[in-house]
Amino acid sequence: MAVKAEAVPIKSTRTIASSEVRYVVKVFFKRKLAVIGFVIILLLVLVAIFAPLLTPYDPIKVDSKNRLLQPSWSHPLGTDNTGRDTLSRIIYGTRTSLAVAFGAMGIATIAGVLIAGYFGGIIYIVFMRFIDTLMSIPMLILALFLAAMFGGGLKNIIIALGISLTSIYARLMCGQVLAMKENDYILAMRSLGASDLRIMLRHILPNAFPPLLVMVTLQLGTMILAEAALSYIGIGIQPPTPAWGAMINSGYPYLFTQPVLSIAPGVAIALVVFGFNMVGDGLRDALDPKLRGVL
Amino acid sequence: MAAYIVRRIFQAIIVCVLVSILIFLSLRLLPADPLLIYITKSDAASYSPEMLDKLRHEMGLDKVLPLQYFDWVSKVVRLDLGNSFTFKQKVTELLLKRLPVSLHIGIIAFIISGVLGIIFGVLSGIRRGTWIDNVITPLSNLGVALPTFWLGIVLIYFFAFKWGWLPTYGYTSPFTDFWLSTKQLVMPVLVLMALPLCLVTRQARSSMLEAARQDYVRTAWSKGLSEKVVITRHILKNSLIPIITVIGMGVPHIFAGEVLVEMVFNIPGMGRMLIDAIMSLDYNLLQSGVLVITIVVVLSNLIVDISYSWVDPRVRY
Repeated sequence: MAVKAEAVPIKSTRTIASSEVRYVVKVFFKRKLAVIGFVIILLLVLVAIFAPLLTPYDPIKVDSKNRLLQPSWSHPLGTDNTGRDTLSRIIYGTRTSLAVAFGAMGIATIAGVLIAGYFGGIIYIVFMRFIDTLMSIPMLILALFLAAMFGGGLKNIIIALGISLTSIYARLMCGQVLAMKENDYILAMRSLGASDLRIMLRHILPNAFPPLLVMVTLQLGTMILAEAALSYIGIGIQPPTPAWGAMINSGYPYLFTQPVLSIAPGVAIALVVFGFNMVGDGLRDALDPKLRGVL
Repeated sequence: MAAYIVRRIFQAIIVCVLVSILIFLSLRLLPADPLLIYITKSDAASYSPEMLDKLRHEMGLDKVLPLQYFDWVSKVVRLDLGNSFTFKQKVTELLLKRLPVSLHIGIIAFIISGVLGIIFGVLSGIRRGTWIDNVITPLSNLGVALPTFWLGIVLIYFFAFKWGWLPTYGYTSPFTDFWLSTKQLVMPVLVLMALPLCLVTRQARSSMLEAARQDYVRTAWSKGLSEKVVITRHILKNSLIPIITVIGMGVPHIFAGEVLVEMVFNIPGMGRMLIDAIMSLDYNLLQSGVLVITIVVVLSNLIVDISYSWVDPRVRY
């Protein structure tokens, strides 16, 4: 158990007492599904990092002699219509997926926290109106609209998805700030003469961290699904970069003869999203003060 | 109550206005030339600079932004959304043809997912730990992780290619051929309702469990009420609010899903129209489509908010 505890992301919050962290880790690892999800994510991150070591084939180079090979020992998932090994492309696709998910999530989280930081001011009021408006547009449609404006490609998709998600984080953080502001210890800090910035960074942010962490984990799955959808439609990651959604689309014409081309990347997407969702659910239960002692 | 509804409608109108401003600005402030709203990119490349300037003047693109916005909005309010150069017809006419198709599929998926979601959630909630729960809960966890379009492709593989039970794609109006229309609808509806169904099921299950722990439920049991009465009158009734919220959140999911489902099953609806608009850079069609979808979503949020007080008499405004 102690060895596993090393790898849990919560470790980085210095402000939460270490016994607290130990409790959360204990509850988290007692849940079977959360552990399964955690292992899936850990394996996928490793796969993404060591992709070149795991794949004997180039994911991009066209090999016209080996077009549309059926699954065999040398190509466990066969090859696509330009002769590229499907398994290698799925493995490299892990990089694309994770890069988009973490990138978009990073933009959204930072923007969300910054907006909440202006809480109460005129900038805040303007931003919140803006955020409410963004929230009323379905996330994927907004991402689609922005992607159409910016054009495809990795960087643009990360920005488009990041903007589409910002509203959710801003909402969450503002709710946290609003709830936390009423606490007596904030009043006490203020009467001691602490600056707004200090209160924000030292007291509100660490306390808002658990719900933020849960939200981030759950939204990573959503991001991966959204990126896959955009790439499937054809305005996301542009070929020949391996992206799971685009692979599903390009394999579709061969569905009858070689279903694995379309079906295998979908399994990969479902696996990652399932992993993030289970880790998120596990974290939510472990961090929920209402469930303290119940679990 | 009436005052609340009026205030809420007013808020919804403000959101619609803000969305229109956002959509309007996004086309003007981003690098793309706003002239591309009216003419195709290849046309723009073939015109001389003087002709382009003349066109800009004709379209009012040389006016200041607020004036341009009012020009546009005053047309939108009169339901004049301009022309689509991809489809070579008025956007309003196009929308009138496309929206009913999407609504047909969307409303069926919405109703089925809401009703089945509550039933599945309640079943797995009150039979926690039994085989029903052990089937429903993992399935609903899996369902929220599946990519919509992939599910569609897998269904096509089995139902259309392997077993040949259903037509692969297409859409027929139920008024021309009801049987064919229904057969063509089965897969799109299944795919579209998958995500909202799983979300509602998960929410219904956890709210049921939450409500079942309350003291008044113990009281109801100890009064000797039958299981049916305890579940429907006491547990379910008290857990409905979060369930309705999640059902309401299904509307944006269904609209977003519609884009993918209509692409997979080649259905001529709003979603397919948006993709065509993006692919041919038909910005006018794109902005009109996003605007209409957002207005429908805002309206559905309004209905959900108002329904809270109808479901829960404790909610008073």
